[in-house]
Amino acid sequence: MNRGASWFNVTSIVVGFAFLYLPIVILVIFSFNESRLVTVWGGFSTKWYVEMLHNKQLLDAAWVTLRVAFTSATVATVLGTIGALVLARMGRFRGRSLFSGMIYAPLVMPDVILGLSLLLLFVAINQDRGFWTVMLAHTTFGMCYVAVVVQSRLVGFDRSLEEAAMDLGCPPVKTFFLITLPLILPGVLAGWMLAFTLSLDDLVIASFTTGPGATTLPMKIYSQVRLGVTPEINAVCTILVVLVTVGVIVASLVTKRREFSRLRDERMAAAAP
Amino acid sequence: MSRFLARAGKRLAGRWAVIGIPYAWLLFFFLVPFLIVIKISLSEVTIAIPPYLPTIDLAEGWSSIRDAISQFSFENYIWLTEDDLYWKSYLSSIQIAGISTLITLLVGYPLAYGMARAPSQWRPTLVMLVILPFWTSFLIRVYAWIGILKNEGLLNQFLLWLGVIDDPLIILNTNWAVYIGIVYSYLPFMVLPLYATLEKMDHSLLEAAEDLGCPPWKAFWQITVPLSLPGILAGSFLVFIPAVGEFVIPDLLGGSNTLMIGKTLWVEFFSNRDWPVSSAVAVILLLILVVPIVLFQNQQQKMQERDK
Repeated sequence: MNRGASWFNVTSIVVGFAFLYLPIVILVIFSFNESRLVTVWGGFSTKWYVEMLHNKQLLDAAWVTLRVAFTSATVATVLGTIGALVLARMGRFRGRSLFSGMIYAPLVMPDVILGLSLLLLFVAINQDRGFWTVMLAHTTFGMCYVAVVVQSRLVGFDRSLEEAAMDLGCPPVKTFFLITLPLILPGVLAGWMLAFTLSLDDLVIASFTTGPGATTLPMKIYSQVRLGVTPEINAVCTILVVLVTVGVIVASLVTKRREFSRLRDERMAAAAP
Repeated sequence: MSRFLARAGKRLAGRWAVIGIPYAWLLFFFLVPFLIVIKISLSEVTIAIPPYLPTIDLAEGWSSIRDAISQFSFENYIWLTEDDLYWKSYLSSIQIAGISTLITLLVGYPLAYGMARAPSQWRPTLVMLVILPFWTSFLIRVYAWIGILKNEGLLNQFLLWLGVIDDPLIILNTNWAVYIGIVYSYLPFMVLPLYATLEKMDHSLLEAAEDLGCPPWKAFWQITVPLSLPGILAGSFLVFIPAVGEFVIPDLLGGSNTLMIGKTLWVEFFSNRDWPVSSAVAVILLLILVVPIVLFQNQQQKMQERDK
């Protein structure tokens, strides 16, 4: 490789990552701004974090969001894992293409359509809107993401272990919990995290399906941003960014370690006489 | 024999339970709501709760459904063609999404290329760094640009300080801000498929071209670009399809004359409270998106078959 090209490569990587990360870094820096303005630096201060902790509406919204994200991600992981099993293990059955269509469609459908259609469903069945309707809506699109993530894991692994267990008379449900689930666990956990963060982020679907008393954090941030930009929102955003970043890095390190020890075990098993 | 049959029956029941649970959930929370959207798009707006007519009372059975169907009309769809706000919104959404996809490709290609040529021990970290912003909130990433793009924002301060410009550029609340927002938010979707194809590329082809006296830029156009075409197509679809229906970016970064259909639907629903027209807008938007979605799936299938 000649030097010119590698200089070009280094520059494009540096410029590309600067573009991806500078806005977030600037947002974090200005959350520590003494001044009310988010564009003029007035000295270091943590007063916006203190102010944020005294903003009861904001804390309530954060609590609602965490509860919605936790319950919907958990239900979505159960349903999505079953959905992945159906796609990867159940072979052909009547209505299979409709099923896979329903799994993939929410991934590409605009949020406004998903939100509108779910709201119209809740109106049609006379369901009062609030915490539970948002949670059901988030579960529905979350399970589709989980199903796709877990399915790719199911397709990738060796089926002979499952077959051996079944041949030896292990019932299917037990085989799933003893053999399949431990093997696909990294995919299931990744699916849960994806469903959790997607629920944490969602503004549009929550705005359609929510009711009085269940304002989520993105809705709160959105309405405040429309009134004007303040360092307090920067402080809230900073905390969210830090939480998600730490979560993703820890999760990826843990899975890497698990993979590493699994590979080591396999190698030792192969080397044993 | 009967024990065998009983066990086989239990297994079959188990199989149908496993299929049935997620199937029923998706039917009820995905397909049925969509049928309701179609039904309401054929209804008439009225001042009531719910604000449309006719309503179907399932307790009354078929006669109520028959009555409702006889009252259906395509008035809302005719209205969409008569008022130029709607077709202008559709066209402008497609245009904004198209331009943004092109810019994302131009920004993403060098980055993906640089990553694919980086030392192999660095590549997993670089991929992780591209994915990481995708996990942080979409809303926050769009919000971050407001402080940068404002008239008295950091970008203008920086350019004025450099002396490149004498008066601040007006970017926020124009289509330019929407382009920047879409490119920024969807860049990972472009970079990852591009990186995947560029990393697999056989480097000896470029060396052979160089040895035979082909200038690097020509080798790039005749070898690298055609070989990375699957990545270019996949990335472009992944940016274009969600960008067409985008709401948050045009609403927060765009101006009052930025027309995008997601925003039009939102206003129609929340401000004008016209549920039938917003349902019709949603149905047409989905029909428009079916074309790129089908093209994308065909392309993905072709790629998978070739990999086999």
